[in-house]
Amino acid sequence: MTVHDVLTGALAQGDTEPLIRWIWITDHVDEIVSRGLQHVYLTVVSVAIGFLIAFPAAVLASRHRWTISPITSISGVLYTIPAFAFIFLLLPITGLSLTTVAIPLIAYTLLILFRNTLAGLDSVDPEVKEAALGMGLSRRQLLWRVEVPLATPVIIAGLRIATVSSIALITIAALIGRGGFGQFILEGLDTFFWTPLVVGVVLSVALAFLADILLLGLQRVMTPWAKAAGVRAVAT
Amino acid sequence: MITLEHVEKRYPGTAAPAVGDLSLEVDEGETVALVGPSGCGKTTTLKMINRLIEPTGGRIVLDGTNVLDQDPVQLRRGIGYVIQHTGLLPHRTIRQNIATVPRLVGWDDARIAARVNELLEIFHLEPELLDRYPAELSGGQRQRVGVARALAVDPPVMLMDEPFAAVDPIVRGRLQDQFLEIQERLGKTIVFVTHDVDEAIKLSDRMAILNIGGVLEQFAPPETVLREPANDFVREFVGAERGLKRLALIAVGDIEVEDGPVVAPSATAGEARTSIEAGGFGWVSVVEGGELLGWVDHDALEGCATAGEATARPFSAYVTARDSLRQALDSIVTSRTAVAVVVTEGQHYRGILTLERISKEIVA
Repeated sequence: MTVHDVLTGALAQGDTEPLIRWIWITDHVDEIVSRGLQHVYLTVVSVAIGFLIAFPAAVLASRHRWTISPITSISGVLYTIPAFAFIFLLLPITGLSLTTVAIPLIAYTLLILFRNTLAGLDSVDPEVKEAALGMGLSRRQLLWRVEVPLATPVIIAGLRIATVSSIALITIAALIGRGGFGQFILEGLDTFFWTPLVVGVVLSVALAFLADILLLGLQRVMTPWAKAAGVRAVAT
Repeated sequence: MITLEHVEKRYPGTAAPAVGDLSLEVDEGETVALVGPSGCGKTTTLKMINRLIEPTGGRIVLDGTNVLDQDPVQLRRGIGYVIQHTGLLPHRTIRQNIATVPRLVGWDDARIAARVNELLEIFHLEPELLDRYPAELSGGQRQRVGVARALAVDPPVMLMDEPFAAVDPIVRGRLQDQFLEIQERLGKTIVFVTHDVDEAIKLSDRMAILNIGGVLEQFAPPETVLREPANDFVREFVGAERGLKRLALIAVGDIEVEDGPVVAPSATAGEARTSIEAGGFGWVSVVEGGELLGWVDHDALEGCATAGEATARPFSAYVTARDSLRQALDSIVTSRTAVAVVVTEGQHYRGILTLERISKEIVA
């Protein structure tokens, strides 16, 4: 049975069922919490590992420009693999484990995180880098004390996109029972009982919003100077 | 202090070298300007001294050691470096920017704080700027912070790449004056790059005029370059108004002034008239006990018994010993009296400068 069949069937059979039954929610608080923790855990792990791979790749690419094209190609190919296909390809190797979900999620973050980190590093004014080297910073000090702090707004912009899209994608992993809030969505579709579906959708979206706002706040805290620069950019 | 011996920079795949074979010696405490048209290798030469660009040949000896034998990072911490747009770190406050090199070389907080305060005073920067970010400062303030930062660990040598090019002419003039004032106090060995001949003339002790490929056409004090350009290239490069530019380098105090026609207030009208005729200007200065009261002419003396009775009119402008002959010349051509009146700080009369006297300096 295809997803299409499920949806049309559901629409036909379930139109007498109300969208939400509050009693179900109070009965399932524990499950909601544990699904939520799984969702958050998968997101954090995927984005963190993705960043741990993409960040050094971007630093490498900013130093050795010829590596940009191969790295972009590889992460681009990974990005085009459909999520269903990716998960099913991994099933024989990693089974129904979290790893089977995490690997595609990590793979999908790479392109975004690599591109944004590289763009951030490239956005640092060459004059600032020259002055820093001229004062006697080593290449390593230049990276950590000048380039990375100045690239932070663009890097965090990448983390925001990667995080929000991971939160959305995780719901698909419900197919192998690892989908966080996605599990509720699937359950709702299977049983034509809308409450878990609505809960799953609403909580997924809420989690994405929350993560986005947290990262934005993190960026504000980490880059107090950007405000000063922004004011000036508007004024001149 | 800094010796360049047959320094060469070739980039792979280019026929002509950026700098071919340049030898140059900079003395301790001297300010040397590298000037020349685009492509003359002046910036390349500067950056080879702190090894931001690696020479492909020759030796650069700084304070007795070949810079090519030193660790470039350590080398750069001991050399002040200032660039056109200052390159201040946008994410660090002014205080942190100034403290960059002291931190790198491991100064403690107390020493850094004391040094920052000292630099504030030297550069006339307000203490409230310290906790702002570079984007919140004006161009002139940023430039001063850039120079202050370069001097933070008090390096004996400073390299400056077009240090005043990014600010407007009025601010530039002020920064240049301040540079001269600070350099007089600190006596650093400075090499700076500029495309502006006038800036080189104003700021340098000696100017190195470079042609395409780092060919040294002339290396001499500005006065010499203007008076005796080594060749047509230098003559064309320093441009028109060589005479006027030279006048800017000579102070009024450096040359002898003429006495000019002078009478005391007690002199009779007849004596004053004789003095006017003898002077040939049509007026006479009235000086009482060394103090200049003004000038009188035949009309003013009409009906007066003494020069003191006549209403003395003030000169429209004065020059002092510290002013340049260029300013004196300006005073001559804009005044009705056709001379520049030279006075001491306390308005004490010293004499006059005429157009003829100044033109003698130009042709000398």
